[in-house]
Amino acid sequence: MQAIEINNLTREFNGLKAVDDISFFVKEGEIFGMLGPNGAGKTTTIRILSTTLRATRGEAKVWGYDVSRKPDDVRRTIGIVFQDQALDDRLTAEENLDFHARLYGMKKSLRKERIKQVLNLVELWDKRNTLVKYYSGGMCRRLEIARGLMHYPRVLFLDEPTLGLDAQTRHRIWEHIKLLNKREKIAILLTTHYMDEADTLCDRVGIIDKGKMLIIDKPQNLKNRVGKDIISMRVSSSKKMVKLVSNFEWISSVRIYNELLYLVVTRADKRIPFLVTLAQENALKVHRIDLRRPTLEDVFLHFTGRTIREEEGSSRQRISAKIRSWRRK
Amino acid sequence: MRGISIQAIYVLWLRELKTFFRARSRIIGNVAQPFFFLAVLGVGFRSSMRFTIPEMEGLDYLQFLIPGLVGMTLLFSSMFAGLSVLWDRQFGFLREIMVAPVSRLSLVLGRIAGGMTTTILQALSILLVAHLFGFRLKGPLEFLLSVILMIIIGVGFVGMGVAFASKMEDMHGFQIVMNFIIMPIFFLSGALFPLQGLPSWLGFLTYINPLTYGVDALRGIMLDVSHFPLIVDFAVLISFSLSMLIIGAYLFSRCEV
Ligand SMILES: Nc1ncnc2c1ncn2[C@@H]1O[C@H](COP(=O)(O)OP(=O)(O)O)[C@@H](O)[C@H]1O
Ligand SMILES: [Mg+2]
Repeated sequence: MQAIEINNLTREFNGLKAVDDISFFVKEGEIFGMLGPNGAGKTTTIRILSTTLRATRGEAKVWGYDVSRKPDDVRRTIGIVFQDQALDDRLTAEENLDFHARLYGMKKSLRKERIKQVLNLVELWDKRNTLVKYYSGGMCRRLEIARGLMHYPRVLFLDEPTLGLDAQTRHRIWEHIKLLNKREKIAILLTTHYMDEADTLCDRVGIIDKGKMLIIDKPQNLKNRVGKDIISMRVSSSKKMVKLVSNFEWISSVRIYNELLYLVVTRADKRIPFLVTLAQENALKVHRIDLRRPTLEDVFLHFTGRTIREEEGSSRQRISAKIRSWRRK
Repeated sequence: MRGISIQAIYVLWLRELKTFFRARSRIIGNVAQPFFFLAVLGVGFRSSMRFTIPEMEGLDYLQFLIPGLVGMTLLFSSMFAGLSVLWDRQFGFLREIMVAPVSRLSLVLGRIAGGMTTTILQALSILLVAHLFGFRLKGPLEFLLSVILMIIIGVGFVGMGVAFASKMEDMHGFQIVMNFIIMPIFFLSGALFPLQGLPSWLGFLTYINPLTYGVDALRGIMLDVSHFPLIVDFAVLISFSLSMLIIGAYLFSRCEV
């Protein structure tokens, strides 16, 4: 059985296909990432999987339960961290978790023990009695992750878990996600529009754009598909160098840009010593040589023809933030 | 997700109470408003106002006003409690509640139970303030009947608040409900003036207003003067509450987050 299985899933909003004939699966214990820009259909997919939105067509199963026929079983099986914050900031961290645990019907002894466990996991145990309104953005996120784990779900959804957080906080949250994936042996479906996030966290990544899933593979394989490595070098005469390298079949393109020579090659690690020797044998001085491997950014560009835009949060989030600061006064 | 979960109802009730006692400014606001009405209107009109209607002869305006202000508190705080669905939606917390493996009916009942409790606490605090102004209930039976009445009225308006909040997308709706629903219900309820001898258009508006029957029944129990027979008041209020409960639960169960 797969943790999640989706077949030809489509969701339309007034004719607009927010999710357009998507199929994929997530294995037990796997971290699967949906990578795509704002409006790609990531949240819509998660809403269908968490039974808060109906699909227009297609089929989706979570832990073997069909989302439209067994919503109750699905809800018990999943934990979810929403894109927008969903905490009651008038309650303490512990009260938020206790509320959740009771809502999910957990018994008192289990509740207490589990709250301690998940708060320790995200390093908030010391802050358990602080009202959430005094929490920072990163702490709120960690608390929400802890809450998502409270009722021992088999599958965890993380919708843009590090959206709008600073670099240091993001890295910390990544560590927590890796740790909980290992400790709780839980399958994770996360969505993101950050390349580095998909790259560091996910076992497999699906690239989604305008409701369509374009390709799914391991991050490394995706990068290999775009292919080749790029060597850039600065030599005393770029023109001479171009002539020297023009006949090798492992070089697929040569370009001079800003006095720099760009070579698209296979197995760059092996080619660098060769290129340096070649230049020296022909009395050319090598000032600098650099190697760049393709990133998921290149992969995205390759499959969509566009770069991924990083926009500042949704408008709803901005409004919430405003009201939140107003209510605190 | 069918059926009712007692634990879910309990935890929603608990949350309502915890947050209620933490929001000092809200409590003070909700109690201060009727207090000012009592102090200014009640004391102000007391000396100059005489009821000319035979059955109210000799009744002090301050005494007359107190059940009206209890009704006012019931209306405002229970509508606010119902409309707090809007806050939960705005702050995203509604998603957390809606995605739990619990029936929507339990969620509505939990909210109504919580809202009704905090409403009654506030209504009772008005009676306490009234006590300072020399207002006394006749006995424990009257007290008990008053509380039962408060529960019925409270449930109705929390349900109404939930119903409105379920149909609204954001907080802008709150002002609209405040100005076009809550305020008219209050002013056209007979909370501030007696129902006898009203011009027919005003009489009609008060007769279709559920709070009219609430205030009237409160007066009947607390002061022994009522416009309608108590049995009529109770019949109207119970039907109002039940319909609001059903409509609120229905609309909430269909609202999207
Ligand atoms: N409730 C809705 N009504 C109408 N359109 C919607 C609704 N929810 C999402 N959409 C549209 O569906 C598309 C996908 O949205 P979403 O799934 O939120 O994207 P993502 O999470 O990838 O940023 C967007 O064009 C969005 O405007
Ligand atoms: Mg989204």
